[in-house]
Amino acid sequence: MMRSILTALGLSLLAAGSTTAAADPSPPAPFVEITDGVYVRHGAVSMETPHNRGAIGNIGFIVGDKMVAMVDSGGSVADGEAALAAIRKVTDKPVQYLINTHMHPDHVFGNQVFKAAGATIIGHRRLPQALAARAAFYKQSMAEQIGPALAGAVTITLPDETVTDERRIDLGGRIILLKAWKTAHTDNDLTVFDEKTKTLFAGDLVFIRHCPVIDGSLLGWLAQIPELKAIPAVRAVPGHGPISAAWPQAIAPEEHYFKTLARDIRAAIAKGVPLAKAVPDAAKSERDKWQLFDEYNPRNATAAYAELEWE
Amino acid sequence: MTSIDTARRQTARKTAIALISSALALFAVASQAPAETGLSPEEKAAQTDSAWPDLKSELFGDKTLIENTATIAIDAPKRATDPAVVPVKLTFDPKMQVRKVTLVIDENPSPVAATFAFADGAKISQLSTRVRVNAYTNVHAVAETADGKLYVTKTFVKAAGGCAAPASKDPETASREMGKMKMRVFKTDDPGVHEAQLMIRHPNNSGLQKDQVTLLYIPAHFITDLELDKGGKPLFTMTGGISISEDPSFRFRYGADDTGPFHAKATDTENMVFEKSFDNVQS
Repeated sequence: MMRSILTALGLSLLAAGSTTAAADPSPPAPFVEITDGVYVRHGAVSMETPHNRGAIGNIGFIVGDKMVAMVDSGGSVADGEAALAAIRKVTDKPVQYLINTHMHPDHVFGNQVFKAAGATIIGHRRLPQALAARAAFYKQSMAEQIGPALAGAVTITLPDETVTDERRIDLGGRIILLKAWKTAHTDNDLTVFDEKTKTLFAGDLVFIRHCPVIDGSLLGWLAQIPELKAIPAVRAVPGHGPISAAWPQAIAPEEHYFKTLARDIRAAIAKGVPLAKAVPDAAKSERDKWQLFDEYNPRNATAAYAELEWE
Repeated sequence: MTSIDTARRQTARKTAIALISSALALFAVASQAPAETGLSPEEKAAQTDSAWPDLKSELFGDKTLIENTATIAIDAPKRATDPAVVPVKLTFDPKMQVRKVTLVIDENPSPVAATFAFADGAKISQLSTRVRVNAYTNVHAVAETADGKLYVTKTFVKAAGGCAAPASKDPETASREMGKMKMRVFKTDDPGVHEAQLMIRHPNNSGLQKDQVTLLYIPAHFITDLELDKGGKPLFTMTGGISISEDPSFRFRYGADDTGPFHAKATDTENMVFEKSFDNVQS
């Protein structure tokens, strides 16, 4: 996640050998059945590298009586192919739908695999525009992360259908509810709720233990947390972190981080502390609670300052 | 909103078009460069021929740029937390009567981020803004004093992707809010020195993103001209390009008379004019 989100944000870290490619791919984590007919592959807690093939976000699939719905396609064509192969080990039912939870490369770079397998790709109303505007940038920046071979194989593949508010899909004996959110992690966040098992695929609206990343709106995210919590799920699959966590408790740490960040930045703005001086101390009290805090928090603080000074 | 005179409008337009054309040309060249060299960003930056010698002669001819003086100082983070929002602070020696400042981000597709003209008597002693940085780069600031001499300072910033990445996290909101302005004032330790910040909602879109559906570049749309007055007297003007961040912000210290309202007027590449008087400014 880190590498791809940093890339998505245009940040650049030292390559640290990731551009040398040729490393043997690590065996992808297996898909685990977290509840009846719901399978999730844990995304490595790592930067995106040729070694992990971009498989750093949690992705999963839901098996109905008639068809399968895949949620996010992985961080490379190879990652998407591994996911499709995993589905085929479980069932030979058609993969009718691929649902993208948002635009970031670790969630959409395997799209073409599912399109070729006949799936209809569904995303948020704003996903096509957001991904199209970033396509060239993602292709170029991801070449530096997962290597030119893996990145070069990617054809940025946009959704076939979009969701403006909500959409119910019957997979046969189970209904999944797709919900499009207002700007939060990005401006195109979409969640998938499996009504049968009360499992919420939260996408990157929920980070657990990984420092959350704001590539949309801090205020928008905070404003929608009550509505997220009200979803009658018993478990959530976060975009990054463990593959399953009890709901709604899973979102509490993230909410605390956002409130702390907003409080600190608001205090700085009120005191006239300029952006450059406000960033280093923002949300410092949260530092020990999150992995990759030093990589993401300064950028979150910068985004929060630019957003909150308009309040 | 008021209209601006035609001549000025045409000038702004021409400037904008020239900026976009040169930016696109440079970007195209940059895109063709080999993506994989196996070098760290620092190594790449060190190997790259600096754009500065050419920029310097283009912008200032063969005039001498005086280095290492207190006339102008620059402050920017060594490593940017967000390449699209990199704070830059310029400080001027109040005794030196700086009249014009050019801010240059050497390795950006459109290197001249902004040119500021300070009014006689405004006594601008500090100016901060936020810029996009597209590659590891030196940032130069050149001050011209009332006697026509040029003074230069620079700093190195590590950041990448600030121009090519899409400007807006939320284009729909950005479009809806465009043109809103906000003014803040701040207390200073010196009663003769005042501090204020002008903020303008504007996507300041760089025009460097290609829409993969239409295969067209998303048009650049940015503020080209800004005038700020206080009590009917000019403080400074700015001519800007695509390297100024979304929602442009200008925080500054000035020694001019503090009476009367601020008045700001901004013009963008689509000839939209945003104008506002601030009668009661809150800190």
